[in-house]
This record gives sequence, C-alpha cells and structure tokens, in this order.
Amino acid sequence: MSDFPRWKYALVALVLLFGIVYALPNAFPPVPAVQVQANHGAPLDASVQQKVADTLATNKISYTGLAIDGDHLVANFSNADVQAKASDVIKAALGDNYTVALNLAPTVPRWLRAIHAKSMPLGLDLQGGVHFLMAVDQNSVIDQQEERYADDIRSLLRQKNIRYESVVRAKERGNGINIALRSDADRNAAATAIASEYPDLNVNNGDSTGDRFMLNASVKPQKLRQIALDAIKQNVATLRNRVNALGVSEPVIQQQGENQIVVELAGMQNPAEAKKVIGAVATLEYRPGVGYPGDAQAVEAARTGNVPPNARLYYMRGTHQPVLVSKQLIVSGDQLADAASGTDSQSGTPKVDVTLTAAGAKKMLDFTSNNVGKPMAVVYIERVTDTKMVDGKEVRTPRITEEVISDATIQGVFGKQFQTTGLSSPKEASELALLLKGGSLAAPVDIVSESALSPSLGQDNIVKGFKAVMLGLALVLLAAAIYYKLFGLVADIALFFNLVVLVAVMSLIGVTLTMPGIAGIVLTLGMAIDANVLICERIREELRNGSTPHASIRAGYEKAWATILDANVTHLIAALALTTMGSGPIRGFGVTLLIGILTSMFTSVTVTHAITALIHGNRKLKTLSV
Amino acid sequence: MEIFNHNANVNFLGLRKYTIGLAALLMIVSVGLIFTKGLNYALDFTGGISVEVSYPQPTDVGQVRAALQKHGFENPLVQSLGGSRQMSIRLQAKEDTSDASAAGKGGATSATAADKVANDVLNALKAETPGVTMTSHSFVTSAVGDEVKSDGSVAAIFVIIGIGLYLWMRFERRFAIAALVTEVHDVLVTLGVIALVQREFDLTVLASVLAVIGYSINDKVVVFDRIRELFRSARKAEPEEILNRSINTTLSRTIITSLFTGITMAALYFIGGPAVEGFAVTMLIGIVVGTLSSIFVASPILLWLGVSKKDLMPVSKENPELARRP
Repeated sequence: MSDFPRWKYALVALVLLFGIVYALPNAFPPVPAVQVQANHGAPLDASVQQKVADTLATNKISYTGLAIDGDHLVANFSNADVQAKASDVIKAALGDNYTVALNLAPTVPRWLRAIHAKSMPLGLDLQGGVHFLMAVDQNSVIDQQEERYADDIRSLLRQKNIRYESVVRAKERGNGINIALRSDADRNAAATAIASEYPDLNVNNGDSTGDRFMLNASVKPQKLRQIALDAIKQNVATLRNRVNALGVSEPVIQQQGENQIVVELAGMQNPAEAKKVIGAVATLEYRPGVGYPGDAQAVEAARTGNVPPNARLYYMRGTHQPVLVSKQLIVSGDQLADAASGTDSQSGTPKVDVTLTAAGAKKMLDFTSNNVGKPMAVVYIERVTDTKMVDGKEVRTPRITEEVISDATIQGVFGKQFQTTGLSSPKEASELALLLKGGSLAAPVDIVSESALSPSLGQDNIVKGFKAVMLGLALVLLAAAIYYKLFGLVADIALFFNLVVLVAVMSLIGVTLTMPGIAGIVLTLGMAIDANVLICERIREELRNGSTPHASIRAGYEKAWATILDANVTHLIAALALTTMGSGPIRGFGVTLLIGILTSMFTSVTVTHAITALIHGNRKLKTLSV
Repeated sequence: MEIFNHNANVNFLGLRKYTIGLAALLMIVSVGLIFTKGLNYALDFTGGISVEVSYPQPTDVGQVRAALQKHGFENPLVQSLGGSRQMSIRLQAKEDTSDASAAGKGGATSATAADKVANDVLNALKAETPGVTMTSHSFVTSAVGDEVKSDGSVAAIFVIIGIGLYLWMRFERRFAIAALVTEVHDVLVTLGVIALVQREFDLTVLASVLAVIGYSINDKVVVFDRIRELFRSARKAEPEEILNRSINTTLSRTIITSLFTGITMAALYFIGGPAVEGFAVTMLIGIVVGTLSSIFVASPILLWLGVSKKDLMPVSKENPELARRP
C-alpha cells in the first residue's frame, strides 16, 4: 500500500527495537543477596570476604556468589529464607563496624545496564517486606509553636519594658496565647511590638475587666501549615538517616499528601525491629542549665523532691547524675541544621560542631550574649510505648524518656555555629553528633497504617501474576486469530509488542510493579485489542459495501481512527484520575493503565498498519482474510 | 468467522420503554442495596487489624473462627483466600477513637499493639494447629480509611465530569449528558451487585470500579461516534432509525471487545490469586453492565434528549486533521 510512508516503517522498527531492549532486563530476575558495607573507616577487603565465607561455611549456609563490588561486599543466595539466616550470622560475625543489609542483587548483563536498561522494581506485595504509613502529629506542632511564641513574647515585652501580668497559652489548643496587661496603653504598645516583631501572629484585643487588659496572639493558619509541611520534609530526611542505620537497602521513604510519610522496607521481615528505630519519637531541646550535673543543689533536689520553681530535675545519660535544668527553651531540635564530631585543636579533646538554622542562631545569640560562663543543657526526649497484658486486656502506657545528654559551660557568645567540648571519648562525640543529626524529628510522627508481607507470599504473587498475564495474552491471541484470521494474527503480533513496549516503558521510567499493576497490564491487553476489533469490523463493512480490498483497508484504518482516538482519550481521562487522585494500589494500577493506553494506540494502529501494508502492499488482491 | 448477522436490524430503540424502565429499576434496587446491605468494606476503609495465615493442611473457616473465639477474640472475621489453606482474619481495632488526643497520640501505640495482636492470633491458631504460619499482617487506623474513601469518591467524580466535558467538546451537550447518566447507572449497578454478593470492597475493587467507568465509556463513545457519522452522511435522518442503525452496525464490535476483555479478566480471576480476584470480578460485572447499557440505555436517553442532524453538522469541519490520521 503506497500510502504508508517509509519513515513510519522506520519508526515502527525503532520502537520495536527499543521495546525489546528495554524490556529485556525483566527476563533476569534479581537474586536475594546480603550486602556488607564498612563504617567508620573499617577496611573492606579480601580478609573480610574470607571471614564472611568462613562464617557461612561454619553455619552450613550455601551461597551462589560472593564478591566485592566497589565499596561493598555482596553475597548471593538461592532464596529469601537462606538470605535472612545468612544476614543474621554475618551481622554477628562482623560486628558494629559493618552495616549488613538485605538486598536484591541484579543479574542483568552489563551491556544492558550500560544503556540504563533495568528491570522494574518490585512492590512489597511481590517481594515481601514491611510498609508503614505515618502521619505527623499536628497537635504537637501547634503545642510546640504556641509554647515557643509564649516564651518569645515574654522576652519581647521585657526587652521593650512593657509591664505584663501574665503570658500564658489559651486553654484550648490552637487558640493562641493570652497576654494580660495592666493598662490600655500597655496593651496597645504590646500589640504593636508583637505585630511588628512576629508577622506570623494574629494579634487581637480580648475582654478587659477592671485593670486587666487582655490581648490574644494566635499563630496564623498558613504559618502552621507551612510549619507542618517543613516538619514533614525534615522528618523524611531524619527517617532516611534512621532507616539507613537499620541496614535496609533501597528503602522507600516518601512524603504522601500534606502530612503523611510512606516508609517501605523491602525484604525486612520483622516490623517490630523496624518500628523501634523509625517509630521512636525523639526530639532535642537546648535549655539553660541551673547548676551542673551532680552538684549539691541537684543532689538535694533529687533527694528531697524539692525542685526550684523555674527548674526541672533530669538525670544525665550514662552516669545518671541528677541535674537541674531551666524550664525556658532556647532552641529545639528542628532548628538544628547539622552536627559533626571532631577533635578540638586547642585542647585535643573530642568535640561536636553544631550548626543551627537562622532562626535558631538568632535565639542562641540572644541567649548566650547574656549568659557567658553559665551552663547550658541539651535535653533528649524520646517517646516509646509499652504494651502489657493485664487481666487479658491490653494496657498501653506511653513512656517518655527525658535525659540530659550534655550540660556544659557557655565559653563565649555564639549563634549559628558552636561546639560542645568536654566529652569523654571520640566515640561519645560521634554518638552525640549522630543523635543530634538523626535523632531529632521536627514533629512526632504516628504510625497510622502498617502491613507486613512474607517473601514467600510475594513470590507466590509473582508466579500467579505472571501466569495470569500469560494466560490472558494467550486467550486473546487465540480468539483474535480465530475470529479475524490473517488480520487477527497481525493484531496478535501488535498485541504481543504492546506488552513488550509497555514493560519497556514501565522499566525505563522505573514504575514499581505491584499486583494491581499486573491487573492493569492484563486489563490493557484485553482492551488494546479493541482498536483492532474496530479496524477489522470497519474493513469487513467496507468489503460488504463493495469496496476493493485495498480501498477497504485504507477506509477501515481512516474511519476507525477517529473512533479509536475518542475512545482512548476518554479512557485516558479515567486513567489520569486514577494516577493523580489515588494512593497506593490505585495509583500503581492507574499508572500502568495510562502507559498501556498510550502504547496500545501506537501498536494497535501504527504497527498493525505497517504489517498490513507489508503483507498486502504491492499485490493485487481479490479477497482479504479478515 | 462471523458470529453476528451483519444485516441484522434489531429495533433496540423500540424496546426503550422496557429497557430504560429496567435500567431505572436496577439503579433504584442497587442504591437500596448499597444503603441497606451496605458494601462490605475491607480493612483499607474500616481500619483495624488483618492477619493472613497459611495452614499446612486444608482447614475450614468455621474451625479457624472457633479456634480464635476459644482464645478470647471477639467477632473475628475469617475468610478463605482461595483454597482451604490460606485464611484471612480481620479484627476491629480496639482503640477508643472518640478521644481526639488519644487518637492523635495513640497511632504509634496501636501500631505496636497491632504487632502484638497479630502474634496473639498466630499463637492462638498454633495452639490448635501447630505449623500455621503468618504470611502477612496489616494495621490501618480508621482515619486513614476515611481519607481513602473520600479520595476514591473525588476520583470517581473527577473521572465522570472530565469525560463529560470531553464528550461535550468533541460531540455535543446531549451526548455528554447521555453518557454521564449511563455512567452513573453503570457504577451504581456494579456497586449494587458487589453489595448484593457482599464481596469485600478493598482498594483494588475501588480501582476496578473506576476502571469500569473508563471501560464502559469506551463502548458508548464507539456507538456515539457511529451515530454522529451516520447523521452527517444520511440525507434523510430520522433520529430513531439512525440510532438503531448505529447500535446494529457496532453491535458485533461491542460484543466481541467485551468478550475479549472478559476472557482476560476471567484469566486474572481464576489464576491471579486472592490479591486481584476482587479486581477481576468487579471488572467482569462492570463489563456486563457496561455492554448492556451501551446497547440498551445510552441511545434511548440520547433520543429522549432530542438529538438531531443539525446539532451535529457544524462540528464536522472542526478538526479534519485528526480525522485523516491513520
């Protein structure tokens, strides 16, 4: 058929080649592996490899591969159970200086990896693992903000010499801070000062009785929203640090919506262990110290229980010495930008360099300007929940651990950057830096949904999903060939290539394959054939109306195109909604459907047209096999 | 091979009183079922704890339930996951959600507790049948479930309105309305059937319901496209005759495509396993409902709205470029 241009043949050939090459990596399934990485400058060489080999041999664990690849050591195993066992013994043998992670080692040939061809990552439902959905505790975000602003307003009023009776948070959370003043003039002055200093606050006059003039300052909703969004971002980063410590390779940690975080740890089999690390709600606070650890006043307070009114009694981490710390908050963990351990060049003792954010730096500067030579404490707060069974019922008690991890004298005025010295060992310094950096979550997160799947169930799903795709494909191929004969066979070739190109595009984009995604592939196969049904029916119609075979083919493709386009665009709208609105499984399904509709429009129309033109092109035809 | 007589001219529009009546009745019954029987919402929507276990030898649902009740679990919902060895057990979360602060702070708490409950379930079952293994467990708070429900509704409304707008642009107002009404019918009847058989309504089923909208609009568009074409080419255009001819000429395509899609979904249903079974069943129901409504419901509504030749004429020169493409 002369009206099929040559460049279209070239395009079809190119797309098919692309499809085959980029779908190919999926034919090389990754194998369960254990990955070993060195920490703290520990060596990773042949001796470590030998040690791992010996360990596996003594525990009678057989492995299919063991090699150093770049900066890590990878050992391959035949299945997930062996992998888990191996991970445990390797971890025990190598100790703390190595991170041992469960992994899936790719078996894709190098030349394919060189052109960025890779296999589709598998979702948790296909390889097993744990999934958490976490939500930021909005209430505590509000609490934190209101408490901080109450402090700020107190110091602002003192600084401006405005006399006030009290500055307290309103009884209801979110209702702001109530400030009681003694005169209308004071109130106006306070309102002006607060409004100009803190543009994020709404300042309103409240009721006044006698000589009490009330003022209310509340945090603007958009500011709270902004804080919550920032908190999410920071929490994602913090969780990533923590999960890396768990030794899970390629964890998924993503923000979802406005206040949720998705954490997916493939291959992880014990959710309790994961939760201990990621679920621990820890924050840091810098507060003025009242005295030093173990001094007479603190010991007295611990013994008698009489704590000075503006202070609280804490105990030091490790030594458990009592220490008194002021109730006033200087900066909290979310204002900490970075922390690194090192050695002090003057004294030669271990130190931790701390960098604060701009807001934190200003507060730190204000505080240290007036308090050189006085102590400052770092308070570490962690919330853990204990579950106990009492009389057959569950009793859950939140346990809050608050301890002081450092209480040292302020040596000079500082703001953005400062260092904490007086640490006993480099190890302590590095631990403190890690805690400061990774230990602080901007806002507490709660796990709102959790699921765990065993790897065997994942394996089962893969096998079933693969069989379903193959059977669905085979049935449609057979039915089309029987019903539309030669044109059916042409459609079959196109349908097969549709599957190939769909898989190639999904692999290239890196769409995670899940069970709903597999359902989407099967559905795409069933619906892609629709375009060919439309074309074939049209050709039959044209033939019945007395057109010649060549004219029938041309008219069939032309007339069917408008219908195919309309039908596919409406379908695309549906797929787009599934992709953008849905979460989790709906999304996986929607993405597959979306790509499938696009690829099927090409394969079902252009590819079949090219093949049809090749077959019937220059021959004189009396009949068509349709 | 041809199954359908291409000269057939069944008077589908002549049946419109009955078909529309039946469709309306089905819709009312479906809405009734959805409200009275209700959808059997899965863990994704209700929140709670779900544990899936695998038995070494075949067992039955009653035995599993008895074992759980014996160990003090109230109202466990036990379902078989295809075959008699895989069982799913669902428990409602015991947390008190009326207290706002407890709900806010209790999340991590309940997640920790969920692990405990899952282990308790496994231990209870092991006590009766040693060798039971846990294949998966999950925990969802009710807040997340509510969110998923509202997301799903928003997606469905967005799909229906988006498609309506496109049809309005490409065809005409009446086509958009007819398609929308039929879409709503298809979704309601599909949900009605799911409510009737009390199949578990989880996220994949929701995805499937949304896909049914996309699928069934496909069918309608093919018929509408033919209606437009015939209106434009016919010299004397009696709407009822044109509509009838359009349905008849597209009939074999409508049914063949449904069969092709149907067999892939049947394949998915029979061997895809429990994870996609609900999806496949919903899609199969949707295909049947959507195919029937394309033939018997959409066009009568179009006729009733008063579609005519002159409404469709100016559009024909609108986009000749698109129509010429292969």
